[in-house]
Order: sequence, then structure tokens, then C-alpha cells
Amino acid sequence: MTDQPPSPALPPRPRVARVVLTGSLRRTLVLQLLVVAAVVALALFIAIRISADKAAEAAQDAVLGAATQSLADGIRAEDSAVDLDLAPITFSMLSAMGEDRVFYRVDFAGQPMTGYVDLPPPPATPGGAPQFYTAPYRDHVLRLAAVTRRMLIDGKTVTALVVLGQTRLGQKAIADSIASRAALLGVGFFILAVPLSLLAARAILGPVGRVTEAVSRRGPHDLRPVNQSVPRELGPLIGALNGFILRLRGALSRTETFIAEAAHHIRTPLSTVRTEAEIALRQSQEEGTRARLRSVIRSVEESSRSAGQLLEHALVLYRTDRVDRAEFDLGALLAAQVQSFHPTADLREIALVYSAPQTPVPVLGDRLMIEAALRNILDNAIKYSPGEAQVEITLTLRDGRAETRVCDRGRGLGGSDLVELSQRFRRGGNVADIVGSGLGLTIVLEVAEASGGSFALSPRDGGGTCALFSLPLR
Amino acid sequence: MRAFLAALAVSLASPALGFEIEEHLRMDGAAPVATVSILSTTDSVTARPLLEAFLAKNPDLSVDYVVASALSVQQAIVDEGAAFDLVISSAMDLQVQLANDGYALPQMPETAGSLPHWAHWRDLVYGFALEPVVIVVSARAFAGRPPPRTRRALIDLLRDNPERFRQRIGTYDPAISGAGYLFATQDAGLGNTFWRLAEVMGRLDARLYCCSGEMIRDLAEGRLDIAYNVVASYALAQANRDRGLTVLEPEDFTLLLIRTALVPTTARRPDLGAKVLSFLLSVDGQTRMAQASGMYSVTAPLASLPPSARPIRLDPGLLANLDKIRRAAFLGEWQAAMTQP
Repeated sequence: MTDQPPSPALPPRPRVARVVLTGSLRRTLVLQLLVVAAVVALALFIAIRISADKAAEAAQDAVLGAATQSLADGIRAEDSAVDLDLAPITFSMLSAMGEDRVFYRVDFAGQPMTGYVDLPPPPATPGGAPQFYTAPYRDHVLRLAAVTRRMLIDGKTVTALVVLGQTRLGQKAIADSIASRAALLGVGFFILAVPLSLLAARAILGPVGRVTEAVSRRGPHDLRPVNQSVPRELGPLIGALNGFILRLRGALSRTETFIAEAAHHIRTPLSTVRTEAEIALRQSQEEGTRARLRSVIRSVEESSRSAGQLLEHALVLYRTDRVDRAEFDLGALLAAQVQSFHPTADLREIALVYSAPQTPVPVLGDRLMIEAALRNILDNAIKYSPGEAQVEITLTLRDGRAETRVCDRGRGLGGSDLVELSQRFRRGGNVADIVGSGLGLTIVLEVAEASGGSFALSPRDGGGTCALFSLPLR
Repeated sequence: MRAFLAALAVSLASPALGFEIEEHLRMDGAAPVATVSILSTTDSVTARPLLEAFLAKNPDLSVDYVVASALSVQQAIVDEGAAFDLVISSAMDLQVQLANDGYALPQMPETAGSLPHWAHWRDLVYGFALEPVVIVVSARAFAGRPPPRTRRALIDLLRDNPERFRQRIGTYDPAISGAGYLFATQDAGLGNTFWRLAEVMGRLDARLYCCSGEMIRDLAEGRLDIAYNVVASYALAQANRDRGLTVLEPEDFTLLLIRTALVPTTARRPDLGAKVLSFLLSVDGQTRMAQASGMYSVTAPLASLPPSARPIRLDPGLLANLDKIRRAAFLGEWQAAMTQP
């Protein structure tokens, strides 16, 4: 027995054809979500900005109107003249909001009386309530309020007009401050939208990824239909995929059936030919003819074996597609197989040394497939052993696995590795004189793979090869 | 080595300037390459130490320092468009009017961070010194009795001793003096004692002055016992020099005049004007300001001022003072109080 590291167990997956990618659904989705978020953020900003402007103007107008009224209240008729009591606090209050510049003008009987006499007058004559208007003055745009007061002087009604204006810095400052908060809000909204869009795109595209993963994780022979639950939008795609799988399965199945039938049809006449040739050999005395007949028998044997293995291979492939697992005792199966090889081994005086645990070794798998695999391993070991040698068959339990180890004293792997040897119809470079089809190792590997087990070949100390076929325990 | 080339020239008629100039001071730094021109109401004696300190820090500059009255300053900027890089004035109302009417350039001196909100109006007018408006009495007149500590006490004192103080009390004539008018209107706005005091002063034939200087001089030379509403920088300077004067900060309220500076739109080098402004507001400038007698640093915390201190509000409320109708009405009242039958 040897414990040399096994050769790589599985052949590499066939390369997937290149797919031409145009754009990305996820990117498109994220971009569109972000565009929507940007539009919403912008709309939010504009809406807040507009209402902030209106609110600030309303607040300023209220203060301005009150100040204008207060200014107008300071006009009094006094002894056939007018007196104007300007309260400084009126101006102080106006300026307090945003340290605005303040301008005023008082007209009496249509004539400017005091203040900034060039201040723009109101567009229409106001009444007792303030009239608000906006006008340019000294490089600034002013918000102005105007009121009139009527008074009796020497028995005549005289109208006084009071105009009070201020720059709109305070209003602008308030609106700007609100607007900058709104801008911050908009930017914050947008920044928040970035991870949310990514999450949304991931959530939406998640099922696609799951289906992809489920399909790509499948073994090379797993042609079952995809039965994952998917969103409605993915239904047609999965339907099409399943239809395709079904057609592929049908085609494969037809091919394997054809091969099996072909092998069967070849095997039957071949055995007839062999029987006839053996009878002819026994009857013939001439040495030249006998040699020719032996060569015929040998070729027929080779062909028959190939056909048998083709049949077996087709069986394995067929069963792989519909894994039919059941629990059985690997010990019993192996013992029966070893038993069945005793006649062949005895012919070449090869001793089969079998050892297994006393207890049953329960494994879960397709019994027929595993039987085919074991048969091929034993056949190989006996076939490549020299006469009077010993083949050791050991069944052990290790780490929850049942390991079947078959060691011979044959000619070894001849420098090839398992990956090469397990390709269909590929044989070692040092076995030309022995009948073989090159399908045996392929069958073993495919069975191991389909059963969740592994298979490895390693050189044995002192010459020969060890085959390790391992299956998971029940 | 600091080498200053200072030239003091009192020129009353400068061909380039139409407004009336009181003093003209030119000071050069160590290696001057540019000149900053300042128009100010502060006399050159008070300003000189500050300007020297400024030139020590900026040896590449010269200072052209022109002293004029507050009204002349107004006339120079508004009517004549005279090119000055900085306008310094104690007439707060006129400074606010200049700024309100658009003659000031916005400034953001980095040293203005510690400035209290009441010491500047917008980014246009910056206060850099506080001066209490005080009562100065001659110690001789109050030998043996305590001087009045409030306006009410002053009124009682004058009423009780009409003959003692007849023609011995002086104050600004608000009709002539801009500062006098400002103090009188602020007095009238803050307390109800002002008109009573005016009537008492009128009854005692109070003497009216155009300027602080003359009032203090008369006080020092014994022609006056009480000077009401005097700017403390002058009063304190005189009191320190001549121990015969006592400065009283009225305990009911003491007005604080804010000396302000602004960079006018007529400036040729607004950057240099801003440099001087920044220096005035700096720790160095404020320290030297406080050393100049009687001026409070404007950056000092309000708690360090006496509790009775009332800084005059530096905002467009001052515009109401300048309204011609209001002014005429106020001066009419004042005249009525002064001239009594």
C-alpha cells in the first residue's frame, strides 16, 4: 500500500464559448434610478427655493408695512403746518432683519417734504393700507411700501404720502440660507439614492444571478430542467432554457442509444466470428493458418471488449442523467466483484488479496454505475499485472468516505497522468501489447463524479499502480 | 531702526481740495512705495501714535492724514468725490448715512472676528474705538462737596444753586455741532431727564460751544464749572494733564460714542484703506487705542464696560436724526428750552 499524493482527480471543464456583452442591465438600471433621483432632488430644491423666496418676501413685507404705517402715524397736523415725528426705532427695526439699507420719502400735498426725494413713487396712489412694489434705486433693487394719510389743515384736506424702502439683502440672506439647506437636502437625497439604487438593482437582478449560478454549478452531465422559482419576467427565459435542455437531452440520449445499439449489434456477430475462429483454430494443423487465426481471435476479442465498454459507457452516461440513488452495502458489492474476477486471475496465476471491514459499508449511489466502475478498476489491475503477481484490494473507511484501493504490480502509468488517461479512447503509451479500448478510466471517472466521489491513480512503491476510488459514506 | 520722516503741515487752503481742511499730516514708513490717504475727524496729536505703529508694521507705506470736521468729511466724499482710502469719523450718523447712501465699499477685515455686533453696521461701517460721553467738572467748584453722579442729581444741584452756577455750565450747541446734536438726540431718546436738564440749563444761561476743545479750555481756565456731554478722549487727556478737572461718567446712563471707519467708493487704493482698518481692529491697534487716554477698546467684552454704558446704536436708526424736519423740530424744542422769559 502506498500513500503517495493522488494525481489530479477531475478533468477541466470544457471552455465556455465567449459571449458578446452589450451594456449592462445593472448599470442601465442604476443610471436610470439615479437620473430619476437627480430630477426629484432638483425639483425639491426648486420648490423649496421658490417657497423660501415667497416666505421671505412675505415676512419682509410685513415688517416693511408695519414700519411704513408707524412712519405715517408720526405725521401730524399742527397749527396750519405739519409735524413729522420720525422714530429712529422704525429704521433700526427695518435694518435689523438683514442689516438692510433704508430709504424713505415723505410727500405732502404732492410735494416732496423730506427724505430721499428721488425715491421711486408707487405706481398708483395707495390708500391707508400699504402698497408694496419693487423698483431700482441707486444700483439696488428696493422693496418699497407706500401709504397715504389724509389730514385737515386750515379746513382743507391734504394728503401725505409716505414711502419706505429697503434693500432686499435680509430677504436674500434668508432665502439663500433656506436654499442652501434645500441644496444640501437635494444633494443628500441624491447621495442617499446612490447606494439605494445599487441595492435596488442588486435586488432586481438577484434572481438572474441565482439562476446563472444554479445552472453553471451543474455537473457536465446534469441536464435536468431548471426548476428554480423565478420572477414572472424571467419565466420565458427559463422556459426557453428548459426547452433547449430537453432538446439537448433528447439528442444526447439518441446518440448514446445509437452507440449502445451499434455496440450491441457489433458484439453479437463478433462472438459468432470468435467461436467460428476458435473452432477453425482447433481443426487447423497448419502453423501459418493457426497464427493467422490467433491474430483474428485477438482482434475480435479487442473489438468485442471495445464494444462492451462502449455499451457500458453509454449506460453510465445514461444513468448519470437520471441519478437513481439507493443505499447499498459497498463491501458486499466489492466482494462479489472480486469473486467474479477470480477465474480470470487464476488463468494468469494472479492472486487477489481482498480485505474489508467486517461491518457493512453503506453508501448512497447508483448501484449499477458503481458496479461498472469497480469492474473496470479490477479489470485494469489484473490486465496490466504480470503473471504470478499479486493484486491487493482494500476497502477502508476514512473521514466519512469509503475508500476502495486497488494496487497492482503492473507497468505503472508510463509517464501519463490521469487527466490524459481518462480521455475517451486514450490509452497509456506503454500498453500497446494488451487488449484495451481506452474507455475504462473514463467510465470510472464519470461514475466517481456523478456519485459525488473521487478517483485517483498513483504510482506504487516498488513498481505498479494504486487506484483509489472513494465514495461518500451514507 | 525705525526712521520716520514726519511732516506736519497746517494748510487751510489746499488747491486740490475744495472742502475745509483743519490739519494735514504726512508720515513716511522706512521705505515707502505707496501712500494711503486718510480723511479723519480725529486730530493729528491723537492719531499720531497709532499711525506710527501702523507704519512700523508697514514700512513700505506712507500715510497722508487729512483732518476735517465731520460735515466737511461728508461734503468731501458726497459732493466732491474726493479720493481717500479710508474715512474715519466720530459722527456716527453721518458715517451710517454715507454707507446707507452707497458711498462705502464692503470690507471683511480678518481682524473683525472679535468685533461685537453693535460695533459695526453690515460690512460697511466698522467701529474701532469707544469714547464715553461724560460730564467734566472743575475740582475747585466742588471742593468740599461730592460732585453729582447722575443727571437727576445734576438737575437738583443746579436748581438748588442757581446763582452759583449761572453761566458756569457749558455744553455743545446742537444747532452748530454735529456731535452735540447727536448726543442731545440720544440723550432725549434714552431718558426723560434731558428736557428738564435743558430747561434748567436754559434758565441758568448755559454757555453753548461748537467744540469740545474750547469747552475744556474754558473749564481749565476757570470760566466754567461744569461741561455737560463732552467726549472723554479730550476730557480725560485734559484731566490727566491738569489735575484740576474731574471726569464724571453719569451713573444713570453713559453714552458711548463709537468712532468708525469706512472705505469710501472714491478710494484709489481700497486695499490700503482696508489694511489700515484691519490694523485698527487688530490686537495691536486696539491696545494702542486703549493706551490713548479715554478710549475704550471696541473689542473688549461688554462686561468690562461699566454697567451704565450705552453704546449709541450704529444702524439706520441714526438716519432719523438727520431728517431735516425732525432736526428742525428738535432744535425748535431745544431753542424753546434754552431761551426762557
